[in-house]
Amino acid sequence: MVDIPYDRIADIPPAEVPDVELYHPRSWWTRYVFSQDAKVIAIQYALTASAIGLVALVLSWLMRLQLGFPGTFSFIDPNQYLQLITMHGMIMVIYLLTALFLGGFGNYLIPLMVGARDMVFPYVNMLSYWVYLLAVLVLASTFFVPGGPTGAGWTLYPPQAILSGTPGQDWGIILMMSSLILFIIGFTMGGLNYVVTVLQARTRGMTLMRLPLTVWGIFTATVMALLAFPALFVASVMLLLDRLLGTSFFMPSLVEMGQLSKYGGGSPLLFQHLFWFFGHPEVYIVALPAFGIVSDLISTHARKNIFGYRMMVWAIVAIGALSFLVWAHHMYVSGMFPQFGYFFATTTLIIAIPTAIKVYNWVLTLWRGDIHLRVPMLFALGFIITFVNGGLTGLFLGNVVVDVPLSDTMFVVAHFHMVMGVAPIMVVLGAIYHWYPKVTGRMLNDVLGKFHFWVTFLGAYLIFFPMHYLGLLGVPRRYFELGDAAFIPPSAHSLNAFISVVALTVGFSQMVFLFNLAWSLFKGKASGGNPWRATTLEWQTPETPPGHGNWGKELPVVYRWAYDYSVPGAEEDFIPQNQPPRATQVVQGAAS
Amino acid sequence: MSAIILFLALIAVIAGWWLSQQRLTAKPWLEEGPVGQFPGGDAMTWPAAKIGLGVFLAVASALFVLFISAYSMRMNVVDWRALPVPRLLWLNTGVLVLSSIALQWSYVAARRHDAEGVMIGLLAGGASAVVFLAGQLLAWQQLNAAGYFVASNPANSFFYLLTAVHGLHLTGGLVALGRTTAKVWRSSEIADMRLSVELCAIYWHFLLLVWLVLLGLLTGWTDDFVNICRQLLS
Repeated sequence: MVDIPYDRIADIPPAEVPDVELYHPRSWWTRYVFSQDAKVIAIQYALTASAIGLVALVLSWLMRLQLGFPGTFSFIDPNQYLQLITMHGMIMVIYLLTALFLGGFGNYLIPLMVGARDMVFPYVNMLSYWVYLLAVLVLASTFFVPGGPTGAGWTLYPPQAILSGTPGQDWGIILMMSSLILFIIGFTMGGLNYVVTVLQARTRGMTLMRLPLTVWGIFTATVMALLAFPALFVASVMLLLDRLLGTSFFMPSLVEMGQLSKYGGGSPLLFQHLFWFFGHPEVYIVALPAFGIVSDLISTHARKNIFGYRMMVWAIVAIGALSFLVWAHHMYVSGMFPQFGYFFATTTLIIAIPTAIKVYNWVLTLWRGDIHLRVPMLFALGFIITFVNGGLTGLFLGNVVVDVPLSDTMFVVAHFHMVMGVAPIMVVLGAIYHWYPKVTGRMLNDVLGKFHFWVTFLGAYLIFFPMHYLGLLGVPRRYFELGDAAFIPPSAHSLNAFISVVALTVGFSQMVFLFNLAWSLFKGKASGGNPWRATTLEWQTPETPPGHGNWGKELPVVYRWAYDYSVPGAEEDFIPQNQPPRATQVVQGAAS
Repeated sequence: MSAIILFLALIAVIAGWWLSQQRLTAKPWLEEGPVGQFPGGDAMTWPAAKIGLGVFLAVASALFVLFISAYSMRMNVVDWRALPVPRLLWLNTGVLVLSSIALQWSYVAARRHDAEGVMIGLLAGGASAVVFLAGQLLAWQQLNAAGYFVASNPANSFFYLLTAVHGLHLTGGLVALGRTTAKVWRSSEIADMRLSVELCAIYWHFLLLVWLVLLGLLTGWTDDFVNICRQLLS
């Protein structure tokens, strides 16, 4: 950590922190492995998250094999099925999406977009990644321990999470809790960096209202995560103690395997409150960075300023605040005091207002824009449509009377996969196509990219739309097989088989994307510094990929907001943020 | 969960106040111009480490408040039997107060450029913090010897858990304090150290405050207060 000499009389403005303050790597190891450079850490985060995410993707294929063709694959037994759903959910929500948006995109984009040389605490930032990696390894190790990973479902509800009969009761649940605790510690280290860098290390002229919405989204999500993850931490520690020391924080007295267990008096509802106090903000911890990124993608590729920038900022802040007041809408059927449900239904529906404002503003940004249907834009449009779809079913489930019959059916699975699975992944993919040229200096292949988009987008709808229907029929989630239940028609079984086939196809088509990433790294077309002709600071770096310290000798100075596209009278259809006002007519730095 | 909601309301007030200073109503699309033409909304001028500590204290507070929320929900169940708090805790509390005073002393000495005073303050603060931790372990031992095991009642479980979490935070603080002491030892320029000493002192005061709240909770002094809050909110 670099301590800036502190003097109350003459505070040094952060924009003028001299180059000597910066950490400089001295060897290959400290440059590429134990690096304190946020850009390297970002890539490490992204690669680790993607690797474990691919594992979770394979787990979903196995689940689909079982659901689509029950009884055909003898290597999947009911216990394994429960382990598959648990690990798939936990990895995707926490170890992939949270880590990728905040650790990956946050680390890469925050310092570049606010005009800083690096994160403010580079050493802590490095530690953050290594603790995260340890958390991932502990999680992955559960596949190899006796009894395998826990099969408690990603929500890990006690009492079943730690009782015998739930797979992974020996080591799986212990390592899962340990891994979560490590993840939260690692995230807190990173989160401190993201927040303080935005607060303190913005370059001269970069006022809050000139920040790109990407930074607003990531910043607000990080603040939320810093306040929400402690709830998961508390829940994990207490559940771990229940399992290891036999305390009864959450465990009621019950009969286990014919014998009275050692537990007594604990409250499973308490765990649910703690879990969802984290769990609901978590939805927006993933969604807000996606909102921010998608705003920038749309504005850049529609060559038009974002519509209602102020509203967008206020909506992000409002969503962040409201999302702490809705957690119990996940608990309508938990047996909590029923009238609570109406309070939480109300807050849940209120959150639709700022969210709808954002959707309207995206659409109005597109309206009469100069839309370039490049791959990042396609994914951004895919996101808007998917998010609206997923959001609408959220209105169903947010209402107590509608939720009760739909609870624990495939309808819920379809809803949260649309809104929290497919939608953010669309943004992740779009963002990779958008910023890959900055990270590598090369463009991704366009034809492969368009193929990837259409297969993924159409495929996602073929997978998840039918699931809504299955849910309305009453097909329950988390069931190993449906058997001969009278209310499930044969068509439901053929629909399940269809979903499985599509899921496998879409899954394998992601290999095209991976190939594109690898191939373009060496053979891609050289991109130049600013291939999308974008305004924000990360495209104005003197080198591409940006060098250590990002900006060469002098930090950029910001003169305008992030969305000066198609300004009347200007020579080009974009004006970079660091371009002085008087020189507006003579655009420089289009490509460095 | 009412404790954490109140805490978040407090955070929201602070964040709202800060945001209100940031000209969030500005129309940035009209405000093209050189630095300083549009006041407000610039980066904070406090040192990063100080802001970082402030954010961390908010996170740590959220953690403790969530533990307290869980405590107040769990204590309603009929199997709760409050445990007699060892007398030793009062002595420990006194030691922790001394520790905090010593670090405050150190900070005041740093502002006076009194190198010797800084060192004495840091060492005294560190030593008394270690004594506090040892005292806490001794209290655990006494409880254990008296038959109040960690799993025998939720009140016991919470006692061990809360003291352990507080102790771990103090241990982490000792690492930072050790690094600060080493820096002061090596460096002759006390002005460079002032920030580090100040941050240690702030963190110690925070942990003292947390401990006083936890002590109130564990000894049952705040039971009435908690009950009133619960009735207000339910």
